[in-house]
Amino acid sequence: MAKTTFETALKQLESIVKEMESGDLALEQTLKKYETGIEKVRYCMEILDSTEKKITQLTRDLDGSIKETPFDHE
Amino acid sequence: MLDHETAHIYSVSLLTREIKTLLEDQFPFVWITGEISNCATPASGHSYFSLKDDQAMISGVMFKNQKRNLKFTLESGLKIMGLARVSVYEPRGTYQLIFEHMEPEGAGSLQKAFEQLKNKLGDEGLFDTVHKQPIPLLPQKISVITSGTGAAVRDIIHVSVRRFPECQLEIVPVAVQGESADEQIVCAIELVNQRQQSDVIILARGGGSLEDLAAFNSESVARAVFASEIPIVTGIGHETDFTIADFVADVRAPTPSAAAELTVPEKKYLKQRIDDMHQDLLSIMTRMLTFYHQKVDDLHSRLKSPVQIMTMFKQTLISLSLRMHQALQRRMFHDKDRLVWVAQALKGTVPDIVLSRKQVLDQTHRLSRAMGHCVIQKDNRIQQLAATLSALNPASVLNRGYSIARTLPDKKVILDARTVNIQDPIEIILAQGRVLTRVEKTIHGKDHI
Repeated sequence: MAKTTFETALKQLESIVKEMESGDLALEQTLKKYETGIEKVRYCMEILDSTEKKITQLTRDLDGSIKETPFDHE
Repeated sequence: MLDHETAHIYSVSLLTREIKTLLEDQFPFVWITGEISNCATPASGHSYFSLKDDQAMISGVMFKNQKRNLKFTLESGLKIMGLARVSVYEPRGTYQLIFEHMEPEGAGSLQKAFEQLKNKLGDEGLFDTVHKQPIPLLPQKISVITSGTGAAVRDIIHVSVRRFPECQLEIVPVAVQGESADEQIVCAIELVNQRQQSDVIILARGGGSLEDLAAFNSESVARAVFASEIPIVTGIGHETDFTIADFVADVRAPTPSAAAELTVPEKKYLKQRIDDMHQDLLSIMTRMLTFYHQKVDDLHSRLKSPVQIMTMFKQTLISLSLRMHQALQRRMFHDKDRLVWVAQALKGTVPDIVLSRKQVLDQTHRLSRAMGHCVIQKDNRIQQLAATLSALNPASVLNRGYSIARTLPDKKVILDARTVNIQDPIEIILAQGRVLTRVEKTIHGKDHI
């Protein structure tokens, strides 16, 4: 699911930055981490920017059918 | 007649004490309900009143200490339920109820029900933290179970949109109070769970009395909240209100707005956080690359080709030979100087034989010349002296006619007439022979011939 992936990606990004900051990695490893990190950044930003505002109303009629309609909150 | 010997006669105090013991043992604590009348609170702060119902009345007291915990004021006409112990006041032979706890009867039952349900569900472990699910950091879709009208839903939408303008909210309208409220809430929770489209549920309601919040204190709602596989955040009533649903929920927020704050992340902050990390990644990478670049450059510059090494040796060689040459030259100059100096010194001390020989010759010449000169001179002198000598020879004087007179026998030459006397013998020496005679006369003074 996207939500866990976002959260996981963010956590991975954090740990990548921490690892790189520690300076214990070799250049090849750092490069690899960097690539992964940039991927995560892109991924997280995409998720943040891709969602659209949507406010709906979920109701169930007497006959049991479920209806999703826009919710007028203005 | 009363038999004083056998009959048991009580004193007033003894009887009173036994009654006291009897009552207090029998009714250590009782729950009692009734209406308060004749309530009085003197300066001591204790409250004295009567508790009555249709047919009976008992005196009651509640001491100042216990009154502290009351959430209402004691007053006549109030129906209460309370916990009391029965006590006998010996000096006046009256009995009374000493109240430990008291609450208005209507609310009391609700409160009691609340406590009972809370204890029951608590014992079952519904409130245990092990069951609490974490709220996702960035929920894609949020279901809001609350009244479709009213402040709560607007507050939630307002806060959510402010924090994350592109959030997806799904309002599931329910009655939040009244007969079917609990049933509707349970259905809504189940519906959202069936659809499996939402990442989190907000269960909310604005503030209200304990009665108004009844649905949220119901067992069915509590169990539905517990059963929900989707994490539930509650925002019910005001900050001070606690409902059973709050205890069971995964996260309890004090108000509907707070529930939205806890559920919806702030987009600006999230973006900032990712941006910061992005910058960190870039700067770390740049730093590292720069570092390795410099290192490689450095190593490269230190990596020497054979030509360079040869050149270096050549230069060393030239330099050394130059130095050697210079050193040698310096040494030679130095030695030369020294030689000149020593030669001069030597020259100064060795005698000049040629010169000396010449000098010796010169001196010899001068000596022999001087010697010759001197001999001639002396010869001349000798001849001169010989001439003089021959001139002075008495014989030659005598030859020229002169004679010499001498006294006899002294043979002293007579130069003055006064030295001789008449008749003195004298000798006269002539050029040929001598004449012996006597002095006849003396004439004194100078008498030239």
